[in-house]
Amino acid sequence: MKLTKAKRNKLIYNIVTFALVIGAFLILQSMIANKTITRSLKGQLVPICCWIVMAVSLNLVIGISGELSLGHAGFMSVGAYTGAVVSGLLMHVYDIQDPTLRLVIAIVAGGLLAGIVGALIGIPVLRLRGDYLAIVTLAFGEIIRNLVNVLYIGTGDGRLYGSFLNKKLPEGITMLVDGAKGAVKIKPISTFTAGFILVLITLVVVLNLVNSRAGRAIKACRDNRIAAESMGVNVTKYKMMAFVTAAVLAGMAGALYGLNSSTVVPTQFTFNQSINVLVFVVLGGLGNVLGSVISATLLTILPEMLRAFADYRMLVYAVVLILVMIFTNNPTIRSFLNRLIAPFKRKETTGGDAQ
Amino acid sequence: MSQQKHHSSTKMVPVPTNSIVPERDINDIPVLETRHLGIEFGGLKAVDDFNLTIGRTEIAGLIGPNGAGKTTVFNLITKVYEPTSGATLINGRDLHGLGIAQASKLGIARTFQNIRLFDNMTVEENVRIGLHNNIKYDMFSGILRLPRYWIQENRQHEKALELLHIFGMENLADERAGSLPYGVQRRLEIVRALATNPKLLLLDEPAAGMNPHETEELMENIAKIRDQFQIAILLIEHDMNLVMGVCEGICVLNFGRVIAKGTATEIQQNPVVIEAYLGKKKEGQA
Amino acid sequence: MIFLDNLMNGLSLGSIYAIIALGYTMVYGIAKMLNFAHGDVIMVGAYIAFCGLQYWGLPPIVAILAAMVVCTVLGITIEGLAYRPLRQAASLAVLITAIGMSYLLQNVALMIWGANPKSFPRTFINSSILHIGGLNVSSATIYTILANVVIMIALTLFTAKTKMGKAMRCVSEDRGAAELMGINVNRTISVTFAIGSALAAIAGVLLCSSYPILQPTTGSMPGIKAFTAAVFGGIGSIPGAMLGGVLLGVIEIFGKAYISTELGDAIVFAVLIVVLLVKPSGLLGKPVREKV
Repeated sequence: MKLTKAKRNKLIYNIVTFALVIGAFLILQSMIANKTITRSLKGQLVPICCWIVMAVSLNLVIGISGELSLGHAGFMSVGAYTGAVVSGLLMHVYDIQDPTLRLVIAIVAGGLLAGIVGALIGIPVLRLRGDYLAIVTLAFGEIIRNLVNVLYIGTGDGRLYGSFLNKKLPEGITMLVDGAKGAVKIKPISTFTAGFILVLITLVVVLNLVNSRAGRAIKACRDNRIAAESMGVNVTKYKMMAFVTAAVLAGMAGALYGLNSSTVVPTQFTFNQSINVLVFVVLGGLGNVLGSVISATLLTILPEMLRAFADYRMLVYAVVLILVMIFTNNPTIRSFLNRLIAPFKRKETTGGDAQ
Repeated sequence: MSQQKHHSSTKMVPVPTNSIVPERDINDIPVLETRHLGIEFGGLKAVDDFNLTIGRTEIAGLIGPNGAGKTTVFNLITKVYEPTSGATLINGRDLHGLGIAQASKLGIARTFQNIRLFDNMTVEENVRIGLHNNIKYDMFSGILRLPRYWIQENRQHEKALELLHIFGMENLADERAGSLPYGVQRRLEIVRALATNPKLLLLDEPAAGMNPHETEELMENIAKIRDQFQIAILLIEHDMNLVMGVCEGICVLNFGRVIAKGTATEIQQNPVVIEAYLGKKKEGQA
Repeated sequence: MIFLDNLMNGLSLGSIYAIIALGYTMVYGIAKMLNFAHGDVIMVGAYIAFCGLQYWGLPPIVAILAAMVVCTVLGITIEGLAYRPLRQAASLAVLITAIGMSYLLQNVALMIWGANPKSFPRTFINSSILHIGGLNVSSATIYTILANVVIMIALTLFTAKTKMGKAMRCVSEDRGAAELMGINVNRTISVTFAIGSALAAIAGVLLCSSYPILQPTTGSMPGIKAFTAAVFGGIGSIPGAMLGGVLLGVIEIFGKAYISTELGDAIVFAVLIVVLLVKPSGLLGKPVREKV
């Protein structure tokens, strides 16, 4: 296929994205080998991978598909709980001691279940318009949190026990999920390498999807729903495709996140957490995958490094959301900004981002 | 919705038969047939008892004063609106219960009065959306970049350029659709519609905003498209030179009802049309 | 008797939702945007009233009026600074801005008043328990239900009779046409925000009179639930907001009493989802048709 200007720009964009991620991984790995990495940064490596996956997958829904989903943390919690339970189950019931195998199975299971939940939610929700969709995804996130709050799962003598609402489990079993206490006694098995591979998978899935027939259909539904339908594009199907893909990725990120610590509690996946990821996406640029990767990384490290920033984090995020939206969407300010940067711009380029 | 009423004797209604089609199409199933098509918005009949038959390779015109319900007819045929009465048949297939996308798959494509391009996508990508159901591959071939992806992407690329060539637009393939001049956007909408491989092409005011020279060119292109693709075209237009020059059958709509049907000459001489439509214009000019 | 107690509690909570929902529904109807920060205006109103009562020693009525004034100014300011520049923007951008505004209000409140919950002082509103028949009814319940009825009647009269009310209905129907008719759209939207925010202050005081724990996040959950109520009743409809609010309050209290305390929120949100599936335009709303 001949490379036109737009396609070349897209290719360069993709290469830069992958090069940056792989390069960062190699540098960090060598730092770990030399023991030059700080303790706090080392502890942040897996969470950073998780938040990158969260941000990129949410960008698929918001930036590419054009729907505001406020329940992304809900899918993450589904993945985290599923991962914890599956990993516990594999260890206690099926006696699989290899942590890598357990991790892979747990992540796949987390993604699958989150995907199923995403599909169940998507069927009713994606028929709705804009603001309604936002509020319903928010509601679903809260419902999921409410439900896991009263979920009890335990394992003992090679069996799995579960109850809902009330703790009605036999005495002396190992609890895996204990209501409001969350998923407990998790053996942390997540590794940075696993996180890195998950980030790569996410980038391949999202970038390749965007630059394919299905991705174009998704963007067409975003730009003009009626026109897309008139061209024979099944709008619900493609909105669903973006939504469920994002849910699967968020579930996988959740499983990785959950298996990185010894407990997972429902309050880790509140609406606030969904907003956090939303800030990553907005700051990185709607539809800009590389931007999501960078902003998720920086905004995860920054509060750790700067105590002062950590205290005012949410305040700063709030101001950032408002300013970015006004600056990118107000016609007067936009034309003013364009005139400001015009002398520094050599040539108008198209396809500079993943769109 | 038609309701079964229990009358003591059967009520007979006339099937719309006064439609005309070009002689060459008389042996084929008409590409479009509407029967007593109508829609009410809150008690107001926006379109009522609309009957129209279009031959397989006919170029037809739908004209009428502003607010006569022309675009509403397009929205009914393309299933943007669900009719409250009557039926639409495309190649003999009833559209009842189908959605917009399904209607498109049966062979209807359209352009919009207020242009609806995918502004943030390139010209070629816009045409590729039109090819969505013609040159396919599944999501996983796309994500995993299987051989089928490369083959079909190449086919889409070549087909898109071929279609853009109709209006000599292949050099614009990489431009952002939203940045194009108005007239070019209108032409791109036609190319995108043609990419869906339609049997019936609906053009909603294709000459709006064009200068006389561009309109002249458009007329030639409309005839060329019909000849090349062997499809039927139904167009809404206010430019009477274009309508009279290119349309074989013309249907005149006023207050949501058909007031006349016929050839260009017949319509121009029809006293009802002159009174409702052309007559007013003459008064205005006097 | 327990059933009647629950019913009264439900009506009271529902009336608070209804008053908040009125703010949502008016703004949504006229500015066509979901003002996510509305719930946090409630919180600000409650804090102002709290300061008035606790620190400045104002009489309750004056404290409530002060809260209403501050919230009105706040509402107009938010609209002018954050939402007006985005009047022509896509709804996604406006909604993200509104979410940012919600977080901004919460965090500013956190800086001013701290994270520790404040206990809302007693006023005439919640000073006594009335015994009606065998029922023990808090005076807060009576005042809340009364306030709801009065506000609802006043707003209905306002939109039907006054010039500004008619302008609001025009803008809600067709903003462009209203502008051509000489209606000042920006001013109309500002007034809408002002009314909604003043009502939010009242709702804040009533909410904290019944549930006297005040913290920066106090407004967010009732805000989201009130939006649910507005959708339930039919967004844009004033009687719809009232009906939706009251029904939702009753459903929440009964759900907590008879199904599960922990699942109260889940039940409320499940109602929202069922409503949107079965009747997306809500109980009293009109379906809208997209213009092509």
